[in-house]
Amino acid sequence: MENPYLPYPVRIDDIEIATEDKSLKTFKFVFLNEGDEEKFAYQAGQFAELSIPGVGEIPIGIASSPVEKGFVKFTVFRTGVVTSYLHNMKVGDIMGLRGPLGNWYPWDKLEGKNVVIIGGGFAFTTLRSSIVYMLDPANRSKFGNIDVVYGARSPGMLLYREELYEWEKRSDINMHITVDGTDDPDWKYNKGFVPQIVEEKAPQADADTFAIVCGPPIMIKFTQPALTKLGYGPDQIIMSLENRMKCGIGMCGRCNIGKELVCKDGPVFTLEEINMTPKEY
Amino acid sequence: MKFITIDKKDWAKGIDKSRGTYQLFGPVTDINGCQIKALDADVQPEMEYTDSVLSAKSVLFPQSEKILVTSLNEADDDHHIMKRADGDYTPRAVIGIRPYDARAIQLVKMNFDTEDYRDPYWCDAYEATTFVGLAINKPGPLDFSTSTGTGPFSEDGLDILLADMDDKFLAKVLTPKGEAYAAACGFNTEADAKESQVLFDVMRKDAEKTISSSVETDKLKDKTILDLYEAPFWDDVAFSCINCGTCTYVCPTCWCFDIQDENKLKASSRFRNWDTCMSPLFTRHATGHNPRGEKTMRVRQRFMHKLKYFLDKYDSGIMCVGCGRCVKSCPVNIDIRQVCETMNNYEKKE
Ligand SMILES: Cc1cc2nc3c(=O)[nH]c(=O)nc-3n(C[C@H](O)[C@H](O)[C@H](O)COP(=O)(O)OP(=O)(O)OC[C@H]3O[C@@H](n4cnc5c(N)ncnc54)[C@H](O)[C@@H]3O)c2cc1C
Ligand code: SF4
Ligand code: SF4
Ligand code: FES
Repeated sequence: MENPYLPYPVRIDDIEIATEDKSLKTFKFVFLNEGDEEKFAYQAGQFAELSIPGVGEIPIGIASSPVEKGFVKFTVFRTGVVTSYLHNMKVGDIMGLRGPLGNWYPWDKLEGKNVVIIGGGFAFTTLRSSIVYMLDPANRSKFGNIDVVYGARSPGMLLYREELYEWEKRSDINMHITVDGTDDPDWKYNKGFVPQIVEEKAPQADADTFAIVCGPPIMIKFTQPALTKLGYGPDQIIMSLENRMKCGIGMCGRCNIGKELVCKDGPVFTLEEINMTPKEY
Repeated sequence: MKFITIDKKDWAKGIDKSRGTYQLFGPVTDINGCQIKALDADVQPEMEYTDSVLSAKSVLFPQSEKILVTSLNEADDDHHIMKRADGDYTPRAVIGIRPYDARAIQLVKMNFDTEDYRDPYWCDAYEATTFVGLAINKPGPLDFSTSTGTGPFSEDGLDILLADMDDKFLAKVLTPKGEAYAAACGFNTEADAKESQVLFDVMRKDAEKTISSSVETDKLKDKTILDLYEAPFWDDVAFSCINCGTCTYVCPTCWCFDIQDENKLKASSRFRNWDTCMSPLFTRHATGHNPRGEKTMRVRQRFMHKLKYFLDKYDSGIMCVGCGRCVKSCPVNIDIRQVCETMNNYEKKE
């Protein structure tokens, strides 16, 4: 990257409301310049800085998958200055994209292994990227069993619902979708918090099984003991951290946990690694 | 190694001569005290200064720097497409930089010039700069640079080292960049290299002898990050801190920054500004959650970064060059030497 602060120009190609309360939207971007898409070659688990000129930049996990070509997708929760501005932008608007940034889920290490994906709330973006990547016909045979536990407050708060229901129908992935609660009598899936469903439905650990966990702090806190009960060691639990970021390239100094910079040495760490650093996340 | 003698009567003339090819920076006194600043055409560097309030880091890393620009006017062809802001990377020289500040720039370089990314603003400025150091004959009472891997006559990171010999400067020319600068000034009275080196050694020893302050860092390496992090002394260390951030702004090795956009009518600019880990905003998430929400956590971050994380990460010593500025400027007298000693001597009780 010539100038790591200089974003690739992109155009908003599509905006989709992702949840029933409209607090999350999925943005699809296409690159304005030929060749930039190739330069942006990424792996599932990485993030990028969405760069809105005149407003600012935000680090967001890449929700599209390396096997999907011609666009990149991000799902963004409206919360502060930049995310609110982005939610009001229109298809056709021009902005910037800086990345890909950070490390990714350890796909080399995961080859030949069973993978359990555990996600909660809107921290399912890079997990979607990962699932689409693993299910790709060119990749599916590289992995053993794939289990997914994904939960949200209510059915309407689940991200990527159409895809979830499609995956439910497949035999090469075990889906365990759950909601905290619902009064929908036709709800066919689980009810209960993620840690509880993990304990009930996730496979027992063996040396060849790894768990990837993303979610709000509270979910992570209670999922860890559930995984420990199932026999997962700290080196078999893979997590993605979110610290406040600016540069995304390890230079501005704010995102560190101990000597690791979450933006560059992370955001993906094993629990074993995290256990050796101060818990400043 | 080449030595040059510069008669002080010829000094100003030589400096002026170099302005044709170099943009000059150096110590000047303003209402806020002595600063290392860009020198106006009629201003000479104040070579008698003892220490500058702020360090020389701003020569490469301005307090506020425009990095990108674009137009927000949709009538413009390339609206909302960001471009690198124009910068002046023609040769510049910083005259009279103190050896510890030059060493600090080498430490900061590890952050901005990495295997994975090169910060083009800092690195371009670095490459454009010639560092003309001024050795410290009489170190101040807060100088503990000899125990941090530098010292009053340290040559690390310098292109020329000047020693003040009353009526003249004896200049040790250390690099081709230094040679080019001396030539641009017309300084060419070569001195005997052997004799000059002996003089330098004597002056260095004299200067080092007057330094009474030091830190011990020998045991920091063997402690784990978590043991130091969880040590019981941090509340005491942080107790009187008011989180003003002064210590980080005056420090030559503090490099943390923020990125902000600013608009004037339809012209938009992205700036990077010095930031401080002492501010709660530095790490606060949009949700309000703050991993370093308490004052103690921020004070601990500053000292852990300087004295442990950096040490472990780069294996190049601590991230402090012993200039003493933070000790001098802290309104509540928090002293990195004491904190370092506490950390270095800390033994975890089993
Ligand atoms: C690796 C990573 C992946 C992420 N992925 C997603 C995602 O897929 N979807 C999503 O909705 N959110 C994601 N986030 C969180 C998202 O970055 C913040 O919600 C967002 O920066 C808030 O910006 P704001 O301007 O609206 O908020 P404000 O509070 O106004 O923040 C101002 C600025 O502070 C910084 N900032 C504030 N909070 C955060 C934070 N939690 N993390 C990082 N920087 C912050 C940003 O630079 C931001 O522009 C991710 C964060 C990280 C670190
Ligand atoms: S200068 Fe002193 S009071 Fe101010 S932030 Fe630093 S340690 Fe705290
Ligand atoms: S920490 Fe203090 S003494 Fe050390 S380099 Fe920074 S300002 Fe100087
Ligand atoms: S975001 Fe700047 S160092 Fe990590």
